[in-house]
Amino acid sequence: MALRPTRSWTLKGLAVLALAPLALTACSAGSLGSSDAGNSAGGTTITWLTGTDEAAQATAKAVVAAFEDANPDITVKLDARPAGADGDNLVKTRLQTGTMPDVFDYNSGSLFQQIAPANNLAPLTGDASVGAVQEAFTPQVSVGKDVYGVPYGTAFGGGVMYNRAVFDKLGLQVPKTWADFMAASATIKAAGIAPVIQTYQDTWTSQLFVLGDFHNVAAADPQWAENYTANKAKYAGDPNAVKGFQHLQDVHDAGYENADFASIKLEDGMRQLADGTGAMYPILSANVSTLQSIAPDKLGDIGFFALPGDDAATNGLTAWYPNAVYVPKTTTGAKLDAAKKLLGFIASPAGCDALTSASAPTGPYLVDGCELPADVPQVTKDVQAYFDADAQSPALEFLSPVKGPNLEQITVEIGSGIRPAADGAALYDQDVEKQAQQLGLEGW
Amino acid sequence: MATTLRAAPPAPARRRRGRSPYPGWFYLPAAVIYGVLFLVPTVASFYFALTRWTIFSSEFIGFDNFVQFFREPALTKGFVNTFIYAALTSGAKVVLGLALGMLLTSQILGRGYLRAVVFFPVLVSTVGVGITFQVLMNPSKGAINAALGFIGIDGPGWLVDPSIALLSVALVDVWKGVGLATLIYMAGIVSIPKEYYEAARVDGAGSWTLFRNVIFPLSWPATSTVVTLSLIGGLRSFDLIWSMTRGGPGFTSDVIASVIYKQYQAGFYGLSTAGNVILFIAVIAIVLPLTRLLARKEVEL
Repeated sequence: MALRPTRSWTLKGLAVLALAPLALTACSAGSLGSSDAGNSAGGTTITWLTGTDEAAQATAKAVVAAFEDANPDITVKLDARPAGADGDNLVKTRLQTGTMPDVFDYNSGSLFQQIAPANNLAPLTGDASVGAVQEAFTPQVSVGKDVYGVPYGTAFGGGVMYNRAVFDKLGLQVPKTWADFMAASATIKAAGIAPVIQTYQDTWTSQLFVLGDFHNVAAADPQWAENYTANKAKYAGDPNAVKGFQHLQDVHDAGYENADFASIKLEDGMRQLADGTGAMYPILSANVSTLQSIAPDKLGDIGFFALPGDDAATNGLTAWYPNAVYVPKTTTGAKLDAAKKLLGFIASPAGCDALTSASAPTGPYLVDGCELPADVPQVTKDVQAYFDADAQSPALEFLSPVKGPNLEQITVEIGSGIRPAADGAALYDQDVEKQAQQLGLEGW
Repeated sequence: MATTLRAAPPAPARRRRGRSPYPGWFYLPAAVIYGVLFLVPTVASFYFALTRWTIFSSEFIGFDNFVQFFREPALTKGFVNTFIYAALTSGAKVVLGLALGMLLTSQILGRGYLRAVVFFPVLVSTVGVGITFQVLMNPSKGAINAALGFIGIDGPGWLVDPSIALLSVALVDVWKGVGLATLIYMAGIVSIPKEYYEAARVDGAGSWTLFRNVIFPLSWPATSTVVTLSLIGGLRSFDLIWSMTRGGPGFTSDVIASVIYKQYQAGFYGLSTAGNVILFIAVIAIVLPLTRLLARKEVEL
């Protein structure tokens, strides 16, 4: 008897608890949808979701302005999303709930594979919009035979930015083998200059020795990436793959790093490179934009070379490909046509010119007919040279979805002398296992 | 049945229920908020810890996440670091808090001002404190090493030297948290009845004996509160460590919470949920017996 009121209260309470989240979901779903009032004033309005930061917005605005001039009946509105892991989650959520705007830009390569393109994106195979896209890029936005995107921006390389003034003064050549690299470092150190700049307050910069060495791994063993994805190849114990880790340890053991490597950031590293207190900085060539804002007068002094391996004959660049612009399956009818026109414009010489006007290119455009302007930084010219000579191959993250999240901590440990290279490589092999399992790959 | 049997003296219970002027559904808003924001996620997390889930789907995998989490190389380090961190900070807060509490309840000049100064760091945002100290502790450009250099000491790389990074963060945690410990001790010390002091004085007790036999034992409730609060705070500490070192250099200042966060950041949602369940159990396993122990000591007085 005494229990009855309590029980009915409990039941009511539980019912409310069960319903409340549903009610909350119901409120939010509709309001996020892509705008339906698109066909006003005879033209078509489409929405493009791009990055929220200033550079991304400015770039997209420049492209949209040029596109609207060429297509007066189409209006493109910009929407913004955060970068990084937050942005990844937002893109996945919007695709899954069918609320993605008509056009969006996102990573190519393995991150592109993770948004389930076949289910979520409109295929562009055979469409005029992808006609000018170069074959080097197509695999990065394809599933099976279908193509889903066009490149947005320029490719870049992972390698070493170096101070050409320091090299000239000491009579050094660009090293083509790792032995040359270490010999050059010894000469530079003898001159009282830090040979290798490392910046471990931006932990990601520590990964370049490993990630930027992948061209050499692939040159020695072309099947490596495939075997790696299938859980048949590992970093530890593989004489080719472990070299990136080993090189990092060699540099630390020889005392070639700048003294304050543990406490400085990317910007400080660029400053040291520009003023010649450091000579070589393993970094992505895209970071030339940082150099540009810090030391615009020293741009001509700074060049770029690929991380050397054992064999001078196979010397080449580990390349990263630009993001791409995609159309979700939810875009249909007149909007789909307009979206395809926008994509076709982006992947055309006029689109490249619009991109160039917004920010200086950091590498080649991967679109037929696009030329780099003559006044690009020396770093960009050096990267372009590797592409022109076809001495480049994609970074591992474009060939395999397997990438562990802790690589940057592990390489910081190796580069700081906390952990030996072989140990670090083995630890990283363990780290990638979780990623492979999360993705549900075969054989893990 | 058991309920009816146990309610043998039913009078008080019935009287309470009969007398309550509020209907049961007054509890509803609170119950909904508590349920939606706390109960449902907690129960759900116990289930999702057993799955490998993405934003699109989940797959039941039993205890694999827990197995994987315990094989996580950073985890052992994280566990050890967490206990070092929790023990260090709560120990230092007890000692310093008691000392400051006694100082600030005695008759000293500018007492109100000093009390405000000691308490002030508690009011500042933890992330703000972390970022500020990250700048101050920079080995080449930071104010701390510049000051040390002025008196001829070559300061260490506070946050970048793997052997002392965790201790540096603990130091900042103590600086920030000692104000609250002091406040609790001040309340404890002030509430000791004057008669005890007088009786001790009559017996000829010096200040050490007074501290040893009156102040310390009679402020025991304050000690147990400070220990419990700072231990729980230390065990689940994350914001300060993340804003100062991000667990680095490498994994050297990782604690359980930062290991869990990194799993989440990497998209291993199931794994990080499992980590949270482990943290939940670990905190309960440590704090529950400890509070029992502290409470028993209180009663023994």
